[in-house]
Amino acid sequence: MSKPIIEVSGVSKKYRLGQIGMTTLRDDLQRLGRRLRGHKDAVAHARDFWALNDVNFQVQPGEVIGVVGRNGAGKSTLLKILSRITEPTTGEIVLRGRLASLLEVGTGFHRELSGRDNIYLNGAILGMNKFEISRKFDEIVDFAEIGQFIDTPVKRYSSGMYVKLAFAIAAHLEPEILIVDEVLAVGDAAFQRKCINKMQSISTEQGRTILFVSHAVATIRRLCQRCLYLEKGRSLGIMTTDEAIERYSTTGISTELDIDVSTRKRDWGTDGSEARILRVTTRTAPRFKQPLEVEFLVQAARPLEKLMLGFTFNMPDGQRILTLDSDGDGQTFSLPQGRSLIRLRLPNLPLHPTRYNVSAAIGAGKHFHDIIDNFALWEVQTSSTDFESDRSFGGARITPEIVIQPAAAPS
Amino acid sequence: MNQPSSPEPIEIRIRPNTRWFHFDWEGLKAYSDLLWILVHRDFTAKYKQTILGPLWFFLNPLIMTFVFVVVFSRVMGASTDGLPDKLFYLCGMLGWTYFSAVLGSTSNSLGGNAHLFSKVYFPRLIPPIAVTISCLLALAIQLVTFGAFYLHHHLTVEPAQVATPSWLWLAYPAIVLHMAFFGLGVGLVLSALTAKYRDVQHVQPVLINLWMYASPVIYPLSKIPEQFRWIVELNPLTAIVEATRLIFLGTGTVSTSSYLVSLGISALVFFIGLFAYQRAARTFVDTV
Repeated sequence: MSKPIIEVSGVSKKYRLGQIGMTTLRDDLQRLGRRLRGHKDAVAHARDFWALNDVNFQVQPGEVIGVVGRNGAGKSTLLKILSRITEPTTGEIVLRGRLASLLEVGTGFHRELSGRDNIYLNGAILGMNKFEISRKFDEIVDFAEIGQFIDTPVKRYSSGMYVKLAFAIAAHLEPEILIVDEVLAVGDAAFQRKCINKMQSISTEQGRTILFVSHAVATIRRLCQRCLYLEKGRSLGIMTTDEAIERYSTTGISTELDIDVSTRKRDWGTDGSEARILRVTTRTAPRFKQPLEVEFLVQAARPLEKLMLGFTFNMPDGQRILTLDSDGDGQTFSLPQGRSLIRLRLPNLPLHPTRYNVSAAIGAGKHFHDIIDNFALWEVQTSSTDFESDRSFGGARITPEIVIQPAAAPS
Repeated sequence: MNQPSSPEPIEIRIRPNTRWFHFDWEGLKAYSDLLWILVHRDFTAKYKQTILGPLWFFLNPLIMTFVFVVVFSRVMGASTDGLPDKLFYLCGMLGWTYFSAVLGSTSNSLGGNAHLFSKVYFPRLIPPIAVTISCLLALAIQLVTFGAFYLHHHLTVEPAQVATPSWLWLAYPAIVLHMAFFGLGVGLVLSALTAKYRDVQHVQPVLINLWMYASPVIYPLSKIPEQFRWIVELNPLTAIVEATRLIFLGTGTVSTSSYLVSLGISALVFFIGLFAYQRAARTFVDTV
């Protein structure tokens, strides 16, 4: 086996809390004055924060490694150290190849300059030389789909064109190691697919090493064979993607059946100020082919009409497997001001026995008042009426009606 | 092209850097294309953003000269070393403006590039060096302006009160290089300080203003009493401005030893700036 292309040994990074932002000269002089008068320096060392703590791992050439962990696990810090944006407090990293990092698309774009000039500027900032950029120029313009706008100043580009051009430049870098941080969340769905395909070809056809950070579990599953799992600044090592995603989707999530979600962070830009889901409860654990009953305690700021309640079951990789929207038949409901208890019932839960992330939402038509994604992990249990779920895994199972009739014999 | 573009094995080691004196010449060379693209960007962006474009570079020294002539020479009757006042001021500024432009535009190299530095790695010295080079455009235009007035003087005043063109003119590029290194050096020191202490950025405009009056731009060094001259000569700009006048106009108070002192102080400041800047740049993004 060849030498690892990335070797990280004992890397730690310390931040001093309360020292974010520059200090002023006055602060330092006051501190110096206090120290001269014999006072102990109360500020220093008081709140050291280890964003990374003794992280060790190795990556072989050609591997695509996902970096997985909850917010604040140290993913961004690790990427910043690997891309030499900041340096570690202790430890050492050996990189056996050129490294380019995409922590953002369009870094250093200049609004006054044309698309052409920006390709050269951004390419050079990302580490390409002029010759490489010229060689790749037509491919980049092609990939970005900007055609005749290449000589227009980028300030006249639509935001879609802007990110497409930016990603196109980044996608045509030729480093041995590429670091990508969630920049795939740009452009329309078709362009995103194109980006993912490009990343796949970079790794499989060109044999380059990629480190990929994302919260999009489905993308990680598509791209990465193995994942580095970070938890509170510590590395849990490199594991299979399945293992990492399993861990990711089960840690830090409640498996309770009675969940207070009133103070949880809201998702998808909703704030829950009009209508807010406070509590989600089910009295009995959900069972395959048994009735499901879930209660939602909801707070309405004013009387609301034409409402719908949505409750969904999602696979750990992020894929939605069952959507229960109360207005499926066009039926809506109203809520008075204040608290109400909404009871959702399903006579026969078709989900296979396994674990699901559940999400809930309340809204009117296409406008959502409140969305809370993946607030709990519920395990659907098998039941006495389950005669079939061991035949396959995942998904939903509903018993269809069948009719049997005689068929003509083949002639 | 499926092979990695660099055939020789590269090995990059990242570790906490405790060395003070370190200069990554290889890294700088690898990014030399970026340097020139940034210089090119500065030129075109400056040209595209303003209505008058590079005309401002003509107007600036002209307006300054006009003010100096009216206020100092005509109203206050300040000495111009026996030289025609317009040429005296225009020439003095040839030994000052480029320095002050470099100092002014590099003195916030860390804070001003935080958006880049927090997202991507390239040698942190590239932006200030690029700015130092692109400031040369204004200097070139300033030279043309001076040349026009110089020519006009020779054509209209008989006998001319200033020296005729000589081989000495060829020494001017060396003085420009001296200004570039010193201006960049001071700029880097201020950048490193600004990264730590925000307050320092307010110092820079004041510093430039005072520094001009402390340098013999609008007065000749010969007017300073003999016994105080050594103090003024500790300012590296004194020898630079006086040498510039000596080269172009034939009158200036500068000796080899005073120029060497200026060179020595400049070199010291440059190296302090270089290392302080690089040290500050290493963990700068942690504090923004």
